[in-house]
Amino acid sequence: MPSIVADSLLKSYGGLKAVDDISFTVEEGEVFSLLGPNGAGKTTTIEILEGLRERGGGSVSVLGLDPWKQGYELHKKTGIIPQGFRFFDYATPREAIRYYASLFDVKVDADQILKQVILDDAASIYYNKLSGGQRQKLGLALALVNNPQLVFLDEPTTGLDPQARRAVWEVIRELKKSNRTVLLTTHYLEEAQVLADRVAIMNHGKIIISGTMEEILEREGSGERLEVKGPESLANYLRTETKLKVEYKDGSVSVLMERPHDALTALTQIEQSGIEWRGLATKRDTLEDIFVKMVGGSTKEAGEVV
Amino acid sequence: MRSREGVFFSLVFPVILMLIFGAIFSGGSTGPQRLYAQNLDTTPGPGNVGTVFLGVLNQTSALQVVLVPNGQNFTQYLSSHSSSDGIVIPANFTSDYLGRRPVNVTEYWNPTASTDQEVFGIVSGVVNAFNLQAAHGTAILGVHTQSATLKNYKYIDFLIPGLVGFSILTAPMFALVNISSQYKRDKLFKQLSLTPLTRGEWLLSKVIWYVMITILSFILMTVVGIYAFGATVALSLYLIPFLLIGPFLFVSLGMLVGTASNSPDSAAVVGNLVTFPMMFLSGTFFPISIMPMWLQTVAHVFPLFYVVEGLNNVMTYRNFGPATIDLAVIFVIAIVIFGLAVRLFKWRED
Repeated sequence: MPSIVADSLLKSYGGLKAVDDISFTVEEGEVFSLLGPNGAGKTTTIEILEGLRERGGGSVSVLGLDPWKQGYELHKKTGIIPQGFRFFDYATPREAIRYYASLFDVKVDADQILKQVILDDAASIYYNKLSGGQRQKLGLALALVNNPQLVFLDEPTTGLDPQARRAVWEVIRELKKSNRTVLLTTHYLEEAQVLADRVAIMNHGKIIISGTMEEILEREGSGERLEVKGPESLANYLRTETKLKVEYKDGSVSVLMERPHDALTALTQIEQSGIEWRGLATKRDTLEDIFVKMVGGSTKEAGEVV
Repeated sequence: MRSREGVFFSLVFPVILMLIFGAIFSGGSTGPQRLYAQNLDTTPGPGNVGTVFLGVLNQTSALQVVLVPNGQNFTQYLSSHSSSDGIVIPANFTSDYLGRRPVNVTEYWNPTASTDQEVFGIVSGVVNAFNLQAAHGTAILGVHTQSATLKNYKYIDFLIPGLVGFSILTAPMFALVNISSQYKRDKLFKQLSLTPLTRGEWLLSKVIWYVMITILSFILMTVVGIYAFGATVALSLYLIPFLLIGPFLFVSLGMLVGTASNSPDSAAVVGNLVTFPMMFLSGTFFPISIMPMWLQTVAHVFPLFYVVEGLNNVMTYRNFGPATIDLAVIFVIAIVIFGLAVRLFKWRED
């Protein structure tokens, strides 16, 4: 049984359709990522699934439960870090875990959980003295207290420096190994690429594409290309002499490899042209290329989608 | 409780207040009231009735007569000495008095000064005595005074229930206004809503916590009151419902103000608007009977008034009948406010 089934989900605020008829399924044990720029509707979607918001329409089943009506039951089985996780200023991570354990009425080894999220070095530091990365890791630790089958992570690394981000990734990878289902929202392409089994790219409340990385690249990417540095005359020569798809841009001649022997044909013709060239390379679209193409946005450093 | 401010405001601050107010009001008499006097009667020697009159006034230990030289402009003299209490004896006072012709002394006063009533009560008394003397009459009607309360209560005996009420109000009120608006801003309620904890349980935990704080504060103040000021405190099981329902009421009220506000800043403003008038006008630091009538009526609107009145009834007068009424009033108010707070208090969004 899939962990999450969302079907034709809707949510509007006034006239704004925050979530506009989206459907997806998350299988047990997979890491599924909702990727998109800020305001795409990721958080609204995940909060509907968590039972924090009421949906405007469509149907949702999370672990077989209706999150809005059966939230109390659902929260016993899920671990959640809401966006912008915060905790009580004067509580240490160890106390926080014990507090959560008492709320969930479970027995846990606080130090073992802290070790799991690589926070054992800060077990006795007040929350308000923890760094951003440590706070997020505490959030992860709390999400694990009730040993959940399903974990919701809403932008778990937003605002963290690259080092802290990698540390959080490390913990999420460990979660994956312990066969938990993870729903992750992020606006970092790299994060989705590194962590997720499947990705759904959201924009303006809609899912514009979804699938595994390979599937998306296969479907939307331009495929493998052979690239050499050379003048436009070289591109023109190839166009007249072969049936290959050739593009020229900024001193680069790019040839699409549709069939296995295309590479050989291209190289032979390039040699025969007598035109000077250098720098042979093969390239294929990254998720970023596809994202920019589909969302029409741009990406900042560290693959942050804006 | 991990924050030092929290400990200070809920436990230490009320004790400091008690020490301050206790010291101000239980330090005995404030000393005689100054009365400026100008004697325009120039009759020489001991036959000057004006001088005798002022001498009698001075002998009442409540007044200290200060003579103003005759050349001075009296009203100017009063204002340059920041005083409003004054009396002027006319020039023909001795001859008129002895000749039994009506004569007036002129009293200067300021209707806004609280001391004037006392001063002119004394002056009138002395004037009456002189009238009797002039008529060679004997006083027939006398007044025998006795304290209305059976025991001799001291200010501190009223101050302790007042300050217990003060801490029942302020500790939960300020904390909950703060907590609920900040948790709302920081989405900590959202965080808690993702656990099996329910809203009611959370509120209840706060009530229990502030009941404990209140009891601690009560013990602290009673002990300090007894040892530092020799206060008389009647301990009774009747105190327990007050120490339970009081914090429950103000936890709910704080919660209501905190959740109804949009930001911690506006919550603080509204919280102060609700708390401060109630704090001063409910009989916490001084009995409301010294306030003007309309203000006393206003005081009856404040829930804290019934808490303090009830505590006074129990701790000072052992008057359990009226205390039960107070208890009923705060119980009803508490239920209403709690209901409103729970209605407005959102765990999650819609």
